[in-house]
Amino acid sequence: MIKTVCAEDAGTLRTDRNIKVWKGIRTMLELKHINYQVEENHLEILKDINLTIDERFVAVTGPNGGGKSTLAKIIAGIVEPTSGEILLNGEDITPCSITERARKGISYAFQQPVKFKGITVQDLITLAAGKQITVAEACSYLSEVGLCAKDYIHREVNASLSGGELKRIEIAMTIARGAEFTIFDEPEAGIDLWSFNNLIQVFEDMHEKINGSILIISHQERILNIADKIIVIADGKVVKTGTKTEVLPELLNATDAACKTLMDKIV
Amino acid sequence: MDKIQQSLLEQVADLHTIPEGAYNIRANGKLAGRNTTANIDIVTKEDKPGIDIIIKPGTRNESVHIPVVLSESGLKDMVYNDFYVGENADVTIVAGCGIHNCGVDTSEHDGIHTFYLEKNAKVRYIEKHYGEGDGAGKRILNPTTIIHVGEGAYLEMITVQIKGVDSTVRTTSGDLAEGATLVVKEKIMTHGVQHAETNFSVDLNGAGSSASVSSRSVAKDDSTQCFKSVINGNAPCSGHTECDAIIMDHAKVTAKPELTANHIDAGLIHEAAIGKIAGEQLIKLMTLGLTEKEAEEQIINGFLK
Repeated sequence: MIKTVCAEDAGTLRTDRNIKVWKGIRTMLELKHINYQVEENHLEILKDINLTIDERFVAVTGPNGGGKSTLAKIIAGIVEPTSGEILLNGEDITPCSITERARKGISYAFQQPVKFKGITVQDLITLAAGKQITVAEACSYLSEVGLCAKDYIHREVNASLSGGELKRIEIAMTIARGAEFTIFDEPEAGIDLWSFNNLIQVFEDMHEKINGSILIISHQERILNIADKIIVIADGKVVKTGTKTEVLPELLNATDAACKTLMDKIV
Repeated sequence: MDKIQQSLLEQVADLHTIPEGAYNIRANGKLAGRNTTANIDIVTKEDKPGIDIIIKPGTRNESVHIPVVLSESGLKDMVYNDFYVGENADVTIVAGCGIHNCGVDTSEHDGIHTFYLEKNAKVRYIEKHYGEGDGAGKRILNPTTIIHVGEGAYLEMITVQIKGVDSTVRTTSGDLAEGATLVVKEKIMTHGVQHAETNFSVDLNGAGSSASVSSRSVAKDDSTQCFKSVINGNAPCSGHTECDAIIMDHAKVTAKPELTANHIDAGLIHEAAIGKIAGEQLIKLMTLGLTEKEAEEQIINGFLK
């Protein structure tokens, strides 16, 4: 197979984005025949995924181990698909590196935020913003996720922060990036219930204010409820897509996904 | 003092102008400036090169700067500096050595610093080493630090060597009396074919004494580092030593901890981690739009900050 080369960054991303939104043209991400097979054991993680995402807020859900996180990593360029194409606003970004995709407007919030040694919250927010920002600006990003900047700005992003704190910082970074296409991989994972309620508020606000598109992997009904479209992925395949009225009732009643022994235990 | 020497001073002592308080500046093996205060006296040794720094009991919030700069190629400089810190004194001591060598001969500075901390004295000691110059001549720094921490006294030593020193053997030894505390934080980065060796040896002799020795280092290219730390717990005490190193390219790092508990109530801990930069850290920064090289620089800068 002849590999195409990643097109150079246009360098005018941020202005482009504003114009597009102003004109009402949405960011569009297309996945065409995406397959992913693990090399060592030939295990098929994703099987012929075809999706077009041009809504503002799309939720991806489905059982654990179904391939959702792998799909997110393929979009961000962290995992290379075995075959298939990824198009951002019509441009083939399949050969682009993580860095190139980030510069073209893809942002990715990890399910397990990465810890560092010596790098502070301010350092990460500044890198995410891509320019020098004032403490007041950093403060506004952090306050959106319910963190008081003065307590956190100089903290190291290491194990001294709790899982919930790390997760909020991860989300604040995506807000600071303000990218065209943002992926959140289970933002609710590892967050206590109290923090979770505040977090939902963050996503509800984001849904109102967002300029680009959001793809959010989640198991939470409240998040699925605010989605414009829900995609259900199970066993490496897209099993259903549609609006919440089309998808949610079936999803909430589905019990056949789990085996009988397990169901007997939990019901 | 010329431009080169001034720039070296900035690197090792963050000095842009003449410092406030007591100071002794040594340039190319000679005295280049000295100031004493009512509480801090600096006296030239008569039997060997070096100085005695005498800090009166009860001296509070004063500082001593004793930087050394070498800009002459082929100079081998050796000094003995002794610090006498009186009871209840609370001072900051800034030492450091900068070498600029653009000649072909080896320039070397070996400093032997001995600290005597009296009862309840508190010292923050900062030591920076830096080398520059594009000559073939080697830049060698071998600092030796001997620390005697008296009853209830506290010494914090921050030692930094980030760039340009070809070879260094850093030897630090200490003994601690009852209730004394020693905190050592070392930061090292080596590149090219440089070699850095660190030897710590601490004797916890007094009841309730504690020592924490930590090293963060980055070894690039073909450089090598060896971190050795010995802690002997001879009384009810606590000791902690930690080595955290990032290796890159073809660099090699060795960590050799040695803990000996000679008392049933001695609690000693060693932690060591050596490895390349975590892949997920690089990926995270790349998803923010940094190239792999930029991500690497950010991670190392943060690590050594």
